[in-house]
Amino acid sequence: MPRYVMVIDQSRCIGCMACVAACKRENNVPMEHFRTRVVEMVRGEFPQLRTEMRSELCNHCDHAPCVSICPTGASHKQKDGTVQINRKKCVGCKACIAACPYDVRYIHPEHGWADKCSFCQHRLKEGKEPACVATCIGRSRMFGDLDDPNSEVSHLLRENSWRVLKPEVGTQPHVYYINQFPRKS
Amino acid sequence: MAFSRRNFLKYAAMSAGGAAIVDTPFFSARARAEAEGGTARYVPTSCEMCFWKCGVIAKVQKNKDGVDEVVKLEGNPLHPQSLGKLCARGQAGIGQLYDPDRLKRPMIRTGERGDGKYKEVSWEEALSYTAENLKKIIEKHGPHSIAMFSHGSPGDYFTNLLSALGSGNISFPSFSQCKGIRDATWELTFGHKPATSCERVDMRNSRVIVLFGTHLGENMHNSQNQEFSQAVGNGAKIICVDPRYSTAASKASMWLPIKPGTDTALLLTWINILISEDLYDKAYIEQYATGFDQLKEAVKEYTPEWCAKETDLPEANIVEAARELGRYAPSVMIHPGRHVSWYGNDTQRVRAMAIINALLGSWGRKGGLYLPPKGKFPSYNDGAPEYPIPDEDPVIKGNYPFAGGEGLTQVVRDVTITSDPYPIKAWIIAGTDLLKALPAPARTREAISKLDFMIAVDIMPAETVMMADVILPECTYLERHDGLFKIETRESGVSLRQPAIEPMYDTKPAWWIASELCKKMGLDDYAVKDSWEERMKRQAKAWNVSWETLADKGYVSIPDSAAPYITPENQPVFKTPSGKIELYSSKLEEKHFDPIPKYEPTEQPGEGMYRLVYGRSPVHTFSRTINTPFLWELMKENELWLNKKEADRLGVKHGQRVRLENQDKVVSAPMLVKATERIRRDCVYMVHGFGHNSPRLSKAHHSGVDDQELITHYKVDPICGGTGMRVNFVKIIKEA
Ligand code: SF4
Ligand code: SF4
Ligand code: SF4
Repeated sequence: MPRYVMVIDQSRCIGCMACVAACKRENNVPMEHFRTRVVEMVRGEFPQLRTEMRSELCNHCDHAPCVSICPTGASHKQKDGTVQINRKKCVGCKACIAACPYDVRYIHPEHGWADKCSFCQHRLKEGKEPACVATCIGRSRMFGDLDDPNSEVSHLLRENSWRVLKPEVGTQPHVYYINQFPRKS
Repeated sequence: MAFSRRNFLKYAAMSAGGAAIVDTPFFSARARAEAEGGTARYVPTSCEMCFWKCGVIAKVQKNKDGVDEVVKLEGNPLHPQSLGKLCARGQAGIGQLYDPDRLKRPMIRTGERGDGKYKEVSWEEALSYTAENLKKIIEKHGPHSIAMFSHGSPGDYFTNLLSALGSGNISFPSFSQCKGIRDATWELTFGHKPATSCERVDMRNSRVIVLFGTHLGENMHNSQNQEFSQAVGNGAKIICVDPRYSTAASKASMWLPIKPGTDTALLLTWINILISEDLYDKAYIEQYATGFDQLKEAVKEYTPEWCAKETDLPEANIVEAARELGRYAPSVMIHPGRHVSWYGNDTQRVRAMAIINALLGSWGRKGGLYLPPKGKFPSYNDGAPEYPIPDEDPVIKGNYPFAGGEGLTQVVRDVTITSDPYPIKAWIIAGTDLLKALPAPARTREAISKLDFMIAVDIMPAETVMMADVILPECTYLERHDGLFKIETRESGVSLRQPAIEPMYDTKPAWWIASELCKKMGLDDYAVKDSWEERMKRQAKAWNVSWETLADKGYVSIPDSAAPYITPENQPVFKTPSGKIELYSSKLEEKHFDPIPKYEPTEQPGEGMYRLVYGRSPVHTFSRTINTPFLWELMKENELWLNKKEADRLGVKHGQRVRLENQDKVVSAPMLVKATERIRRDCVYMVHGFGHNSPRLSKAHHSGVDDQELITHYKVDPICGGTGMRVNFVKIIKEA
């Protein structure tokens, strides 16, 4: 069984939103809702400034509060490391939305079920990367199998210091961040 | 059917590098569809959400009513402009295709010009009406009284119509409002433009990249941005000269927040440092350039100390940047940029940029600018006769000796207003929203009021379109053939546009519209013989490219056409009068302009005023995509970037709405303030293209503010005729 993870090289993100647009089209995400976003955070004072570009999406947590709180079992952890939602079981109670520390879920305005990033599960089955990764103009988003020591993501996590978002909440995310800021060579 | 994207990308990179292409079945649209069991069709074509012409593969499936529907667009891995990826706009092309606000049927104006009253008519009626009116005008004033403005592929077909009629009054905003000065100036210096299908910047191998206002990341051209990120990943030093802390500046090791209007001071000082500190490439200059001694003499006066005062930059940074360039030369570049019509003396600034690239020996060198590819394609006219010589000289170059063949839009507009030297009585506008593209839109309106007849060919009911007497609705790029396209990147190649689905509503491809007008005007010899597809097949044959392969794969590369770097066998050719790089321009001297750039100060804003600076967003292409649903959702309106300390001083809060009033008392609609440390105190910034006035654009209507309405003033570059548009000053009015 693979263990899917995303590695995001923040220094290479140019904030172009191609990933966001690709996700929306790939997954027919309803108008004005998003499964992923790119956050631009600037600190400092003119002219000493520093920018962090951060792609955010579901972290496919190992200890996922959305899964443990879900009363119906609709939100569940799969063997491949991804967290998925069984739409038939979902009753739209919003408990997961409240429980998720990362604000990455929404209720589908027409169908009423909870929705979020699936790591493009349907594409993975076809051997393709998630849509955001496939089109990432900066090659900032990378994806692969952490159980394969030769995969690009394994290499990246061995060779770089990495972090996850909100480690203090103990969710054990599957989305890793490297190079928080561009190198000032 | 499984395939790995990784492999796709690997192969794509190889093809773009000019190496032999490794074939796989999935480069074939047909094989891919078959492998998936025929539930979908794949159509390789070319994007036109902007003008980079990325290769796109459209996935088409039958919807529940059995009608073909485009369900997904992805980048063609074979195509060097996309390398398997699409930008946000490229992804959102389906939104343009299915935008309910599209122009759907031909229309003839029934009310007053501009009041939006039209009747829908048949194509036969619309075209006959158009031809009748054009004939009347030609009879009275001659063919030169018909002018055409365009951006994008419809321009080709209407250029054919006008040329066949005998009018040379054809102009494109891409020259005087954008990159014309750059191209003309590099031709003066190197005898070549710095760009073919893309800027020929070898960023993936660069050690130092200097950007002057070029906001990569926000100014989205797919492959170029991919390569910029690659350069950042490689650890290239980015030096960003921009009054605004752009996305590119956030990647830079040095951000130089220059006082707007003083860039030439910085450039000339760098030239002085490179020469006086012996940091330039002597052997290269000796072998390939002329005018070095005059240059050396002329720049002596530009000292770092003087420059620091003039540009408001730290002297140490000015010197350090020049030394970094010298240290890593020739794997360095001053990026030539695109939109360079800023202050009205732009030729000399761009000349200075070109000259620095020459001094560093970066033209034709790894990590600098690569040489144009080999493999020329003969021009193809499908056996049409020569065009007649225009009955009167075109006015498109005005009195600007180095204006390019794309013409000066504002000069055609002026002549339309004044009738000097002759009346211009009809405009054909194909794919450009002139009120948004040209400075001083009041003059555009005035010119339109002088016309006897105005024709618009477009996809969307933008404001300029809705002033036309007849509207001929074009189908989108996903519904038509265009091309063949020469794609000249590191290598030469050929691509095409072909329809993913049949045209929706009663819309038609521009080739058909222009061709039918040729017939109605009695110019049958210039009309398309059968269909554009058949013509493309003949052209492919003439170019020795297999039509089957091209139509199936979307891009065909020309073997052995890449020759990016100077080698003993691959010597550069400079098409200048001296056959060398002209540091001292003989052509400028001949026309009594400074043969070596000189610094001329630009007017600075007065008390309480800010210079208005504008730019791009990666999710929009000027004004043309604001209404596209999937893009509108990503950016609905533009914000006013205002320095945080200035905002505090004025008592303006982040997120508040304010109006702007310019030096000519034009007041904007209210707009959101982005109070930020990311911009100097003497200027404000907004993304161009917003503030649509056409109520038929249901999403874009009155969303955000139109920078062009505030650009009432423009300064024309005396050498090339570009319209400098960063010469407007605004004050902030708090009660919105
Ligand atoms: S990020 Fe939120 S939605 Fe995703 S697995 Fe973790 S808790 Fe659940
Ligand atoms: S596509 Fe890549 S580079 Fe562009 S915003 Fe998304 S993560 Fe960043
Ligand atoms: S850069 Fe984007 S919009 Fe422009 S042609 Fe390429 S994919 Fe299309």
